[in-house]
Amino acid sequence: MIVDRTDLAVLKPFRTGAREPWRISIWHGVALAAALAVAVGEAQAQVAAGEPGIVETILKWTPLLAQGFALNIAMSFMAMAIGTAVGVPLGLAQVSLLPPVRTGSWFVTQFFRNSPWLVLLFYCMLLLPFELRIGNTIVPLPGWLKSTIGLSLPVMANVSELVRGAVRSIPFGQWEAADSLAMSRRQTLTMVILPQCVKRMTPPWMNLYAILTVATPLTSVVGVSEAMTLTGDILSSEARTELLVPMYLYLLLWFFIYCYPIARATLALEKRFAVK
Amino acid sequence: MAWTPDRPLVSIKDVHKIFGNLEVLKGITMDVMKREVVCIIGPSGSGKSTLLRCVNALVPIERGSILVEGQEVNDAKLDKLALRRKVGMVFQQYNLFPHKTALENVMMAPVHVLKRDRKEVETQARALIAKVRLTGKEASYPGELSGGQQQRIAIARSLAMNPDVMLFDEVTAALDPETVKGVLVTIRELAEDGMTCMIVTHEMGFAREVANRIYFTDGGVLVEHGPPKEFFAHPRDPRTKQFLDQIL
Amino acid sequence: MDLQPLWDWFRVLYETTGIKFTIFYDAFDRARFLNSFLTSVRLMAVCLVASVVIGVIGAWIQGSRLRVLRLVTQGYIQFFRNTPPLVQLYFFYFALGAYLKVTGANGIAVPIVSNFTWAAICLSFYAGSFNIEIFRAGIEAVPRETLEAAESLGYSRLKAYAYVILPLAFRISLPALNNNLVNLIKTTTIAYAIAVPEMLYVANQIWSDESNVPEMMNVLLVTYVALVGLLVWVMGRWERALTIPGYSPV
Repeated sequence: MIVDRTDLAVLKPFRTGAREPWRISIWHGVALAAALAVAVGEAQAQVAAGEPGIVETILKWTPLLAQGFALNIAMSFMAMAIGTAVGVPLGLAQVSLLPPVRTGSWFVTQFFRNSPWLVLLFYCMLLLPFELRIGNTIVPLPGWLKSTIGLSLPVMANVSELVRGAVRSIPFGQWEAADSLAMSRRQTLTMVILPQCVKRMTPPWMNLYAILTVATPLTSVVGVSEAMTLTGDILSSEARTELLVPMYLYLLLWFFIYCYPIARATLALEKRFAVK
Repeated sequence: MAWTPDRPLVSIKDVHKIFGNLEVLKGITMDVMKREVVCIIGPSGSGKSTLLRCVNALVPIERGSILVEGQEVNDAKLDKLALRRKVGMVFQQYNLFPHKTALENVMMAPVHVLKRDRKEVETQARALIAKVRLTGKEASYPGELSGGQQQRIAIARSLAMNPDVMLFDEVTAALDPETVKGVLVTIRELAEDGMTCMIVTHEMGFAREVANRIYFTDGGVLVEHGPPKEFFAHPRDPRTKQFLDQIL
Repeated sequence: MDLQPLWDWFRVLYETTGIKFTIFYDAFDRARFLNSFLTSVRLMAVCLVASVVIGVIGAWIQGSRLRVLRLVTQGYIQFFRNTPPLVQLYFFYFALGAYLKVTGANGIAVPIVSNFTWAAICLSFYAGSFNIEIFRAGIEAVPRETLEAAESLGYSRLKAYAYVILPLAFRISLPALNNNLVNLIKTTTIAYAIAVPEMLYVANQIWSDESNVPEMMNVLLVTYVALVGLLVWVMGRWERALTIPGYSPV
């Protein structure tokens, strides 16, 4: 059996060994909160007399941080939606019977899987125009939108691999049975293979979303004003070194609070689908 | 060449099949008449399952000819769908569609492939499920059925296409001994109703009971064949004798 | 080998079409891009090796009987696996780096650890945390009976691991390890954020000087994809060379 090289392989239940998807658990949140508490306490000890306390400062900046974080979430939703919408047909193209379609889509998938996310971000930020002219309308392309498109490219490639892995993991007997019932390839795919794939793909797909969300801070490097950038701005405006550790830990806590329910839901779905 | 009932329904002539470096079928020739029940027995790897898959064009052949109701299978321009409407196949691993209920499994192909009326198909499907003695299980999913029950639904599913010949590929090999009987009874009833059957099996008792002719293959070659009484009582070829000694 | 004609061709290309590949025809840009390429490769190589070593040591510690050791390793793994690597990098470089300064010759605080080293440390620990899990899962996937069989043949525990268990565990881990290493070298680009002069950073400098953003971006994309593709290919060959006929790790 040649082992698949997909990192989000739906083949995981059939291959033991590298059972690696990390599981966020409530203990991580507890640990993070504990670390934050310790950091705050320690930082508080370093606060010069007359300056506002650490907790006070953090709370003061929270609304701004929330706005930035909302942008992270928005970007993650959009990138996931675009990436999935384009990735599914691409993945199906990888199992097409026509060699040029198959090779072409394989090439596109591998190209975007092998590109560093940050480079793709730069590429999109710098080379996509700042506005699109469609007929008589001018569609502005703000920075965060271009970054979102940049993030959707690796998502597309990963979804494509997911789909390909899922289709290949359906036992060959299903294809044979559908064949022997005189079903065409299109009918076999739409009525037999793909419905069975959806269940298998959902947990790794959700896992991909978690990875994407945690990758959105990369957009701060290309100048998008999301939570990470704002944290940096806050720190430079406050100009107090004792704030560094607590602020970054606080940012991490935000991400944790968002990703944790998703991880639990993924786990629950995996368990449910594994029984059937 | 239009087919008439006096000609064999399935006519296999000098069929050769190679997988990679291995020649699995080395010139098989056999005829199956309408309403005839044929059992193919032999050691593992003798090519029996491959032969069945060649008959309904799941596997292409290198040399030779297979005629199903006068239609040549070894033809690049073969209308595979038309062929598979005439030939039904039941597999060792049942291969039911796990995301559909038993009734839906049986109904799917006639509705989507033959484009028949849904209500009509449903009536026929329920009748078929009753025929395989599984009334009441129409709404169950394959995962909720035992192996033998799944296999019987698989038989009903193939029958729903109204095939002219049914191929059975070691359909009881993956079942517990208790459930095997249920499936064998179903197949025997089919045969008694006049369905032409090609059955690959290890169940010698069943073969003796139900077959009109037994074919013995070994190493991709047809070694011997004959009516069951004669075949089991007086095997002629030493390979046949050796095989039967091991099995019986 | 005199490549001057090749460089001149690019200059002609610029003069005729306006496509500006200064990294080919301009000696200064050529030199700094080449250096950045080497820096990137150096960073990738260091992280690859270090992360595998961390993975091996970590997996070994995880089998230790001392609970404290196991807990500490677990804590390390969970921290690095569940937080964004960019934030980890900032944390190391800015937050921790702020405390690791010595006063230099002219009274200005000078960091002890260079940014390249911070990037290497952070990325190695990041990828290493995944590797520990991968190796541990690989070892666990080898059936107990295999170890028992080896021991009943007279192998000591250590020898059994060295000659029997680890070769099998390694083969089982290889696909996941390959994946992780590929992700690692893609992730090295975040070193940009702390001004490590690797390819992305220097390309940025070049396109700021020469205003040839599209050309540089394309060169960058192609180079990275080629590098990653090379690693994928090498790992794939290695995987194939190690496969045991008929052995399925399931």
